[in-house]
Amino acid sequence: MTRYLVGRVAEMLVVLLVMSAVVFGLIGLMPGDPVDLMIAGDPKMTSEDAARLRALYGLDRPLWARYLTWLGSALGGDLGYSRSFSRPVLDVLLPRLADTLLLMGLSLLVSAAIALPVGMLAARRPRSGVDYGVNMLCFAGISVPPFWLALLLIMVFAVLLGWLPASGVGEGLADRVRHLVMPVAVLVLTHVGHYTRFVRAATIEVLRQDHIRTARAKGLSEREVVRRHALRGALAPTFTVLALSFGGLFSGALITETMFARPGMGKAIYDAIMGNDYNLALVGLLLATAATLAGSLLADLGYAWLDPRVRLQAET
Amino acid sequence: MTADVRVATGIAGARTPGMRAWRRFCAHRLALASLVLLAGLAALALAGPWIAAWRDIDPTATDLLAQFEPPSARHWLGTDDIGRDVFHRLLDGGRISLLVAIAAALLSAVIGALVGVVAGFVGGRLDSFLMRLTDGVIALPLLPLLIVLAAVDVRKLGVSAEFAQSDMLSLYRIIIIVALTGWTTVARLVRAETLSLKARDFVRAATALGASPVRLMFRHILPNAASPIVVATTLSVGSIVLFESVLSFLGLGVQPPHASWGNMLTGAQDFIWKAPLLATWPGLMIFITVIAFNFIGDGLQDALDPRAERR
Repeated sequence: MTRYLVGRVAEMLVVLLVMSAVVFGLIGLMPGDPVDLMIAGDPKMTSEDAARLRALYGLDRPLWARYLTWLGSALGGDLGYSRSFSRPVLDVLLPRLADTLLLMGLSLLVSAAIALPVGMLAARRPRSGVDYGVNMLCFAGISVPPFWLALLLIMVFAVLLGWLPASGVGEGLADRVRHLVMPVAVLVLTHVGHYTRFVRAATIEVLRQDHIRTARAKGLSEREVVRRHALRGALAPTFTVLALSFGGLFSGALITETMFARPGMGKAIYDAIMGNDYNLALVGLLLATAATLAGSLLADLGYAWLDPRVRLQAET
Repeated sequence: MTADVRVATGIAGARTPGMRAWRRFCAHRLALASLVLLAGLAALALAGPWIAAWRDIDPTATDLLAQFEPPSARHWLGTDDIGRDVFHRLLDGGRISLLVAIAAALLSAVIGALVGVVAGFVGGRLDSFLMRLTDGVIALPLLPLLIVLAAVDVRKLGVSAEFAQSDMLSLYRIIIIVALTGWTTVARLVRAETLSLKARDFVRAATALGASPVRLMFRHILPNAASPIVVATTLSVGSIVLFESVLSFLGLGVQPPHASWGNMLTGAQDFIWKAPLLATWPGLMIFITVIAFNFIGDGLQDALDPRAERR
């Protein structure tokens, strides 16, 4: 178990290292550097000034040398400053990460609360009207463009009815919750279809197994069979789908944060890339990746905990 | 004689496996309806320029005196914020969105099939490396990463300035970006299929006859793994249409003057109070197209994989 954990964490670090190098390289390919922006903002700047500034920021050195410098100070705990906020990037990013994790966590909880009962209901009578209806709704949720859904919700609930605020995070608990309703709804509606279909498939698989036949044979009601015997079997594989869905959920969070003007990680990364704040974008991407990978690891651990047949082993 | 065989096997009238698959597909009414709908949509979109020419409407022409016109006999769905005909822009956008999605889906299928068949056939360390890579790509937060890719200045990659400024670039760029991340599903499916095919007798016979690994992979294994590839690719067209719309909506996908359903929505978002229908149409088109591709994929799955029990 310890070996497994150590292996997984080491793997995460390798992924992060590779990511940092790739993203650093891509950033080198982006149009314009900070000095170009300064030149654009200050017509009196001469080309000597620009050259001096480039030397000051180290922009005259080759990309790989700059990356090694960045990596050295990052490993020493200094992740650098955000150009647009003029503050250390972690000061900018950590509160945003908390907000995004809250959004994602709530969406996952609500999705699970819907997907488990609905998926199992559909699985109890495959090809029935209920199953068919659930399947249609799942496909509808999977197929709707998330930003369009957000736009429609804003149109109806914020403008037409005036029930919910359209943007921001709010002050105080009640207001914060009100601000979370629509973003969570968008994330849930666009993701719950996948989860439900997966729960359904997993439950059908479980219901075919021998121990279920035994449970039925000993006279348990269908309700009891599903609740006491099938649930656990269906829950375990659902965790694997969760493990792989954090990345997608983060992407969804980026869209919802942009639509509802929530200061979260996704929006911070997007704004940083658009505004040439490359260090913020780089660290933001790495943090998001770390969070996603940690989420996957937790889901895998949950799987092993729920299904004792699974043994976590360090792969050789 | 043949008739007897057909009756004996209980599939009267269906001569070939392809025909049997087609029958199973047709039994899936939603998939069939989706196919008809999409075919109609694609035909309309492809014929868009001719329809526009015939009706003497230029969908790119702006007319500031005819902003936000309601639907009329001339402008079936009205006009947008700079007086362009919404119906014809929808057709133009549909052509581009579908073209991009299909091209990207095919490209990802090719990458996925290659990765999958090599991983499954060669096995060992290469296999575990490739599968780790696949899992990694699936688990990463892709959208922000793709935004970085979409913001890259291609001139720094040595692409000529002339091409970098051509308006086709945004189309190629999005196709490549999507393909770079979209190959994972096909790769996993093809790998699984390769592992099982590798052990079959016909492959072993071919090996015994001295077929080279390349011939084994491309001549004997991949053609037999076609069904899962077709299903996964169809399903991926839907998700790519969605994805293209998200990127275009964020201003990183298809660039104006090309219309795409995503960038039409971006434009319409600013006028959502003045002209809510402008934002409704492109969204609805995306929704309908994506759901139709999903239903077709679902139907194909039932049709092409008869071993899987009907659930």
